[in-house]
Amino acid sequence: MDGWLGVIIMIGLGVGFASVMIGASLLLGPKNPTPEKLAPYECGMPAVGDARERQSVKFYLVAMIFLLFDIEVAFLYPWAVAFRDLGWTGFVQIISFFLILSVGYIYVWRKGVLDWGSGTRRVRPAAPRQAA
Amino acid sequence: MDLRFLVQLGIIGLTFFMLINASAVLVLAERKIMGFMQQRYGPYLVGPHGTLQPFADILKLLFKEELRPKGSDKWLFNLAPLLSVVAAFAAFSTVPWGAETTFFGLLDEPVALGVADLNVGVLVIFAITSMGVYGIVLAGWASNSKYSLLGGLRASAQMISYELSYATALAAVILLAGSLSLRDVVDAQQGTWLGFIPHWYVFLQPIGFLIYVIAGVAETNRAPFDFPEAEQELVAGYNTEYSSVRFALFPQAEYINMATMSAVATDLYLGGWHGPFLPPEYGWIWFLAKVGVLLFTYIWVRWTVPRYRYDQLMSFGWKWLFPASVVNLLVTAALVLYFNA
Repeated sequence: MDGWLGVIIMIGLGVGFASVMIGASLLLGPKNPTPEKLAPYECGMPAVGDARERQSVKFYLVAMIFLLFDIEVAFLYPWAVAFRDLGWTGFVQIISFFLILSVGYIYVWRKGVLDWGSGTRRVRPAAPRQAA
Repeated sequence: MDLRFLVQLGIIGLTFFMLINASAVLVLAERKIMGFMQQRYGPYLVGPHGTLQPFADILKLLFKEELRPKGSDKWLFNLAPLLSVVAAFAAFSTVPWGAETTFFGLLDEPVALGVADLNVGVLVIFAITSMGVYGIVLAGWASNSKYSLLGGLRASAQMISYELSYATALAAVILLAGSLSLRDVVDAQQGTWLGFIPHWYVFLQPIGFLIYVIAGVAETNRAPFDFPEAEQELVAGYNTEYSSVRFALFPQAEYINMATMSAVATDLYLGGWHGPFLPPEYGWIWFLAKVGVLLFTYIWVRWTVPRYRYDQLMSFGWKWLFPASVVNLLVTAALVLYFNA
């Protein structure tokens, strides 16, 4: 099929399939909820507190650097398609592009954003306290 | 409505049907192969040699109670499995799986075997597979369960980290073929070198292929990178709170994503439907065989390699795979220019 119609039909089929399956199980399945069944699973113990608490800042850092580098990847694709027309000029340009990018990459690496465990993080030793 | 349009609709329907079947067959294959690798038979009772086990599973799940934990977000909790499975189906829509054919003279003009032929096929696949992560993250967040939330967070961090190397490895293939359309990339791999080595990009891009496969395993959350559902740590990760069919849709999406990943690898690196011995009309047999081999490797890896540690996963993705894919891309670019000039 030419064009986007096939993609749209496929999405429609997917939505239809998933809705029919969920709908069928809602019709066919039993319904007798008890407070125990409706509690979030926590190894069989009564759940403590709410799940939506503060999360490690690492996840946000990864999301941020991903955005930056993914934009770079988005630049790569038009370059790769037009590569043969651009020739060595385009090659030099993409090398300089990557050099600029690698400055940020090295900075992020040195700052320890890419290290996940607490043991391997680069921590600056605290200045020795002056004896009073 | 002319005949050609009806045939194209039939091809779409067939692709959709085969994707549903693929998820069922993969469930069975995984359990069978796991069984044989652990010196036992796997499912054996339902149907001859257990071949009807997936049907039994889905029937059982249809008759189970749908539970939604207290404090969960009603709409997002229902939307999450739907979103994952729709993204999985839609991602396959720009993957061509056979050469153009007239069905033995039935049609005047040949039709292409595949759902949609877009000139930006690779980008569409990226866009839609990235939507799949929303399903997992929403499932984790909406459940209001600590295990689910951790699974969802891990999944998102892992998928976005490996997306970079994945996309950069593919850029090298796009560079060789000079087109974003998967059909053009496949047709650029026709022919042989020296008469017997097939003109496949895996021979030009061995490192790129390796990076693609590793990142693909991580993108589909399969072992050894199955952190979102690491059952020893997180019970079942993002789908801890799901039951019944809503639970079944997540593994189904995962298996369809595996099939998509293998099909894209076949199209981009393994020459798609081109192969010796068979006429082009039967090229889809080659395509299925190659996809089958890749899927078997997926399952093989799962039951061979133990799971990584999470910090190892992240540092491997960012510190090794991503630089390696960038270097691979730049070296490829230089070599293409050098030999073309």
